[in-house]
Amino acid sequence: MKRWIALLILLPGLAVAAGSKVALQDPNIDLTDKASLQRGAQTFMNYCLGCHQMQYQRYQRMFNDLGIPEDLGQKYLQFTGESVSDYMTNTMPAEDSAQWFGAPPPDLTLVARVRGPEWLYTYFKTFYVDESKIFGVNNLVFPNVGMPHVLEPLQGTPRLAYEEKMVDGELVMRPAGLTNDGNGRLSEDEYNDTIRDLVNFLEYTGEPTRLKSEAIGRGVLIFIVIFFVFALLLKKEYWRNVK
Amino acid sequence: MTTLLAWIEARIPMMRTAKVHAIQYPAPRNMNFWYVFGFLATIILVNQIITGIWLTMNYEPSAQRAFASVEYIMREVNYGWLIRYMHSTGATAFFVVIYLHMFRGMIYGSYQKPRELLWVFGMLIYLALMAEAFMGYVLPWGQMSYWGAQVIVSLFSAIPVIGGPLVEWIQGDYVISGATLNRFFALHVIALPLVIVILVFLHIIALHEVGSNNPDGVDVKHPKGSLPESEKTSYKIHEHFTNRYDYADDVVPFFPHIVLKDLVAFSIFLFIFCYIMFFAPELGGKALEHPNFEIANPLKTPEHIFPVWYFTPFYAILQAVPHKLSGVLTMFGAIAVLFVLPWLDRANVRSWRYRSGLHTANLLVFAAVFIFLGYLGGTPQEPWKLIAARIATIMYFMFFVMLFLYSKHETTKPVPKRIPR
Repeated sequence: MKRWIALLILLPGLAVAAGSKVALQDPNIDLTDKASLQRGAQTFMNYCLGCHQMQYQRYQRMFNDLGIPEDLGQKYLQFTGESVSDYMTNTMPAEDSAQWFGAPPPDLTLVARVRGPEWLYTYFKTFYVDESKIFGVNNLVFPNVGMPHVLEPLQGTPRLAYEEKMVDGELVMRPAGLTNDGNGRLSEDEYNDTIRDLVNFLEYTGEPTRLKSEAIGRGVLIFIVIFFVFALLLKKEYWRNVK
Repeated sequence: MTTLLAWIEARIPMMRTAKVHAIQYPAPRNMNFWYVFGFLATIILVNQIITGIWLTMNYEPSAQRAFASVEYIMREVNYGWLIRYMHSTGATAFFVVIYLHMFRGMIYGSYQKPRELLWVFGMLIYLALMAEAFMGYVLPWGQMSYWGAQVIVSLFSAIPVIGGPLVEWIQGDYVISGATLNRFFALHVIALPLVIVILVFLHIIALHEVGSNNPDGVDVKHPKGSLPESEKTSYKIHEHFTNRYDYADDVVPFFPHIVLKDLVAFSIFLFIFCYIMFFAPELGGKALEHPNFEIANPLKTPEHIFPVWYFTPFYAILQAVPHKLSGVLTMFGAIAVLFVLPWLDRANVRSWRYRSGLHTANLLVFAAVFIFLGYLGGTPQEPWKLIAARIATIMYFMFFVMLFLYSKHETTKPVPKRIPR
């Protein structure tokens, strides 16, 4: 009982604190790691696409960029649409989902560019049980999130942990991280790897041309350096007699 | 070939124009790196126009399709991502270059007599450029596009009596909507670029009429007949100039000397530009703001609304004033006061090299205050920032007040008759 009273008192403050104070963790993603991207795509198709679309991303583009043969991709990863050139959409009507969740689940094509990979990685790690919410969970970086903890079968049930602390001479319960019931299919490390791959995949869909851009960029910069040397020599030649 | 060129020349003055304005145009030979930004601005203008044309080929100016068509360009148009990043990085580069160009004019007194109109044309370009950039930022129809437009357009509602109807007239609707997007598109791709190109033309014509200033602020043209033959420059300067003035060896022809200097600067600029464009086109959320990757949603206000970085100094000034109309007036006043700079500065000496230490300090403080205001206007509000913005706003205007006061009786160093060797 004492616990619950403390929780009720702390919740508003916790929500405010959670908005900005949670330290974001760096997932150390690697866009060149195609195996990681493929696993991320698999997680996305199985756990996210049911509600969240990627309406700007085509399956075919993803298969090609991630090195997945189109027939295998269609067989194991494409659960919506018919053609390999279809966009990664679902069939959830926006009006209905707005009623179910309060707002339609956002499109995730560009979510990594809106939130950043650190935010996403931390978000997936900081769900916790909160019976006052419709879906029974809340989130530390996204307070009052209107989404169930979809990855709970993988992670297990996370709960807020509390510690007793003396504050101004009074013994209070303070939140101290999260604990896990250990009922998930994955160990903590495995779960971290899974969401790291998922974040990697989201980073890829945010900007599929990232690697190509950097590859071209390196060549262009080398060219400009050589161009600079010749421009400088030519300028010096013409200015030699001016002084 | 010669006959053909002569045939053309007899009908349209191609070679003569090239000679007057480039090949035999007298440029001061001491122009330093501060003098490359006009050239760079022209290059960026061309970049914006060309990439803009290609973007227009696939962009769809409607509230339903704008955001999706930008992503279509980013993903499915061949090298569409490159064209878009050239355009978005170009917008940021444009303002970097223009701000440096303006500061050059301030430190070397390039706005002083006889270049007042040249400065005013430049300010008009800056004004048109701000309108152009603002409307261009609305086109991707992201969250910041929408809410940024909301903030800027609503500024006009502060005007008494006509404010409300004026805002509706600008928006073409009761709220920012597809109708607003459509007209901003029209203004962004046709009206304002046309205005800017014409103003740039006038800016260059005015420049070539009075001649370029230089870091020493020395006049390089002398009254006709005042120089003996032996002191005149050995370079071929066009009769258009030599018929009216004498030129000493203070000048070099614009082409190839200045052009080659510009080319070196251009390659350094291009290196930085391409590095940002290929490796960090968002520039940490400064050039492309993170919330703008989310489609415009009139029902969801972003946590913080910032204009793009090049407007943030003026945004900070707006926020610093607690009264809306006064804030708007102060903000526009901060731009307007730059227009009258040539008449506020009453000194006879142009360059800060020969002016007082007070003037140098005033210029440097002004630059620092401007950058600081940009920081204040581009980061989330905090109580100390409000006070800081108020102090900085006062300091911004104090630059002009002080300049007006001390410039008339300023202690200056003697300016050499010729560019020092």
